Amino acid sequence: MDVPVAATALRQRNLLGIADLSPGEIVLVLDTAEAMKEVGRRAIKKVPTLRGRTVVNLFFEPSTRTRTSFEIAEKRLSADTLNVAIGTSSVVKGETLVDTAMNIEAMSPSMIVLRHASSGACHLLARICKAAIINAGDGMHEHPTQALLDAFTIRERKGRIGGLKVAIVGDLLHSRVLRSNLLLLTKLGAEVWVCGPATLIPPGLDRLGVRVTTRVDEAVEGADVVMMLRIQLERMEGGYFPSLREYFTTFGMTDARLGRAKPDVIIMHPGPINRGVEIASEVADGPYSVILDQVSNGVAVRMAVLYLLAGGADDETVA
Amino acid sequence: MDADRIARALTRIAHEIIERNHGVSGVALVGVRSRGVPLARRIAATLASVSGEEVPTGALDITLYRDDLMRAAIGPQPVVRKTEIPFSIDNRTIVLVDDVLYTGRTTRAALDALIDFGRPKAIQLVVLVDRGHRELPIKADYVGRNVPTSRRESVQVRLQELDGVDDVTVEAGE
Repeated sequence: MDVPVAATALRQRNLLGIADLSPGEIVLVLDTAEAMKEVGRRAIKKVPTLRGRTVVNLFFEPSTRTRTSFEIAEKRLSADTLNVAIGTSSVVKGETLVDTAMNIEAMSPSMIVLRHASSGACHLLARICKAAIINAGDGMHEHPTQALLDAFTIRERKGRIGGLKVAIVGDLLHSRVLRSNLLLLTKLGAEVWVCGPATLIPPGLDRLGVRVTTRVDEAVEGADVVMMLRIQLERMEGGYFPSLREYFTTFGMTDARLGRAKPDVIIMHPGPINRGVEIASEVADGPYSVILDQVSNGVAVRMAVLYLLAGGADDETVA
Repeated sequence: MDADRIARALTRIAHEIIERNHGVSGVALVGVRSRGVPLARRIAATLASVSGEEVPTGALDITLYRDDLMRAAIGPQPVVRKTEIPFSIDNRTIVLVDDVLYTGRTTRAALDALIDFGRPKAIQLVVLVDRGHRELPIKADYVGRNVPTSRRESVQVRLQELDGVDDVTVEAGE
């Protein structure tokens, strides 16, 4: 497959999901992130680009990595940042998402970075807010910046994405990271395999152009990239599998299992990792792991997204 | 300007750089993207062949420092490219290289960007074409050619490395 040519701009003023991006737009974000990564290597890791712009980080779910990553990205671009944490906000007094957003909107921020437990929360805000909305994870729907930083990390290590075999193993049912990654990787021409316990495989996955299996060895065989998804312990009351120990025995990534992959395989995880559940420590901390690269690249990718959305493209998505 | 005139101008500038700095030790070149980069490489090659010393050469993208970025309400963002300065600029004389000097705003952005990389001993400016109409107090130290223009005209520099041909033309504006 040919590498898509980078677009010259994003067509939309929000980043709600990978579903809205063309292959060329994805490549534009990745190329821009390369320039942004260089800024992070300088002695003075700051450029004046977003001076005078206000970005509100509105997080209705706990997050360390994503929120800090966005905040560092915003600061490196000289934006003024404001964090609204749910525990201390008026939401605990019963304010609705729309009311919260309209009040924040009244203070004229340029962009709102939103994390919310409900799928579609970002789309809702995008319809009512003048500020650009960046989806930092909405329910079980999408987590576009995670998929973009994963793609950036793969491209940095492998030089390409098209034609690679990518195995994604774990909780396929609750994962917004999976959904965004599937959309992105198939748009760029990767061969994607997904694997998990049958109880955690949503129906219809095979229609997304990916191979589905419950046998982890089959998924990992000859893989260029192995991406582990977190077993979301907080969502495991449904009895999807007998025990965490059994899960690790059947699906957990160990050095022995990884031996079936290509010799230069990279192992990825969006974090936070459950050691001894989906991944053995020997793998997470081992030579194939790029888990911490993903975290560093997250800042560059988010800088790219903030920059590209700050200019205000055509208002075609505004209802 | 055709290929020969461009080549002669760059050779002359290389000699002026050596003369002014008493050699090339402590001198580094930084080209402003896009067309300043191949110009900087050509000057570096001449400096190396005349002085026998390699001169470190980098590339600077000034997009993130532009003063007009966030002014336009509507319009796509300019594409950001990589800055590559693989050496310390501290205490070096940095020769900034650009194709056209016009309002001076690009040079202002380049100065701001450079200073974020360290504290050079001095910064000097090379331009292939100075077309006048400065909006900021900026002046080039080495000029390939002064070309009087009107603001309605545009100056097109094309270089072999990027455009397949070397020439400078003045075109009537819209």
